[in-house]
Amino acid sequence: MKTKDISVIVNGEEVRASVPVRRNLVDFLRTDAGLTGSHVGCEHGVCGACTVEVNGATVRGCLMLAVQADGATVTTVEGFAASGRSAALAAAFTRRNALQCGFCTPGMLASALGYIDRGGTADRAAIREHISGNYCRCTGYQSIVEAICDVIEERTAP
Amino acid sequence: MKAADFDYLRPSSLAEALTCLSQNVGVAQPLAGGQSLMPMMNFRVATPEVLIDLADIPDLRGVTELDGMLRIGAMTTYRDLTRITDRVPLLGLALPHIAHDAIRNRGTIGGSVALADPAAEMPALLLALGGVIELAGPDGQREVAADDFFQGYYATDRAEDELIVAIRLAVAKPGDSFGFYELTQRHGDYALAGVAIAHAPDLRIAFFGISDRPIRLPELEAALTAGTDPGPALDQIEFEGDLKASAATRRHYARVVLDRALAGMTS
Ligand SMILES: Cc1cc2nc3c(=O)[nH]c(=O)nc-3n(C[C@H](O)[C@H](O)[C@H](O)COP(=O)(O)OP(=O)(O)OC[C@H]3O[C@@H](n4cnc5c(N)ncnc54)[C@H](O)[C@@H]3O)c2cc1C
Ligand code: FES
Ligand code: FES
Repeated sequence: MKTKDISVIVNGEEVRASVPVRRNLVDFLRTDAGLTGSHVGCEHGVCGACTVEVNGATVRGCLMLAVQADGATVTTVEGFAASGRSAALAAAFTRRNALQCGFCTPGMLASALGYIDRGGTADRAAIREHISGNYCRCTGYQSIVEAICDVIEERTAP
Repeated sequence: MKAADFDYLRPSSLAEALTCLSQNVGVAQPLAGGQSLMPMMNFRVATPEVLIDLADIPDLRGVTELDGMLRIGAMTTYRDLTRITDRVPLLGLALPHIAHDAIRNRGTIGGSVALADPAAEMPALLLALGGVIELAGPDGQREVAADDFFQGYYATDRAEDELIVAIRLAVAKPGDSFGFYELTQRHGDYALAGVAIAHAPDLRIAFFGISDRPIRLPELEAALTAGTDPGPALDQIEFEGDLKASAATRRHYARVVLDRALAGMTS
């Protein structure tokens, strides 16, 4: 098995590891960095459970190799929580019952933050479109859309 | 599933990448955004022995403008393309339909054109805009018109030892107008049927998702330019059926997307 030494800044801390080149980013985060918040669902880019932020942009952790993230800055759901960036959203998810089993939630939060932090508006159709790449098999999405709307409305309230 | 093992190469120049490629013809695949290749590798539909990551090659990056044409580096992501939608309005109409935000952040124009999925937006957009594909290989550079590049299901004029270097598209002029429409099962899915239209000033209409490649029909463009019924021209298309839609359904969809795109042309 071919391996390569990489260094990735994960949630503000450097993680150095010798990884198999075939290892994808989400497996690296779970296995080498010990951060199991990012989930692995379909492994072909469809479900969104593995969504994380790389250099400030959301990506599919299953469609990027760990070696491609060498030198990059990665933020996972643990990082969003530690920095407080997801605090309002997590509270809204709880209040709105926007999760049941929670499998989709880390990816859903990452995608939603990508929308909110880029100035997305409380437009339900636009929010649905934005999270259309994140599957939730429990909630039916309505409560997730409401939670995202709540945060945007709180932020933009006079 | 997980990808099978491979050698990972990360050349830092175009010349080096072309050498890597020609030394591994048949067993190597270039890696751009990975948004199609990685799923295929995870499914083991693709099992390249050598992956050539194009991420560090300056010659494949950046957008330049010269003589009314934009030269777009192959590694330009969909996300970066949103910055030039004022120059190429058809991009602005098409991009929101491609996959989802997280995939658009990594997927590249060069990767989409190289892949030539018959239901993909970018190949049809190139066809509608009369785009040009710049290729580099062991014997130097060449360019191919989009009209000649797409040859069938995932089949293009690119030789295995060549790389797509850039895509050239015309900058829109005042008075040009554009239309775009596609039907999907869910937002961001590949199209069941779609069409990209440029009236700049000639009318060029490219359908995608209905045949084995993006297609233009000269008879259809002539009929619409003359103001006559486009129906007979549409009937000449060899529609493809699959699990999602039969050939007959696609025939119907083609008319629907055409009418809706024409009704929504930009001014
Ligand atoms: C869930 C999901 C939904 C999607 N929905 C859509 C959609 O609606 N419409 C759509 O068009 N696409 C869709 N895609 C695919 C996406 O657009 C891909 O990004 C794109 O098709 C390929 O670009 P890439 O840069 O990721 O290429 P890669 O996946 O890296 O490569 C694709 C192929 O092109 C070759 N290649 C790449 N770059 C070059 C080059 N410069 N020269 C020569 N060969 C090259 C590779 O070897 C490979 O064979 C979707 C993907 C996912 C995961
Ligand atoms: S596990 Fe990555 S999108 Fe499903
Ligand atoms: S809460 Fe169970 S999948 Fe979304």
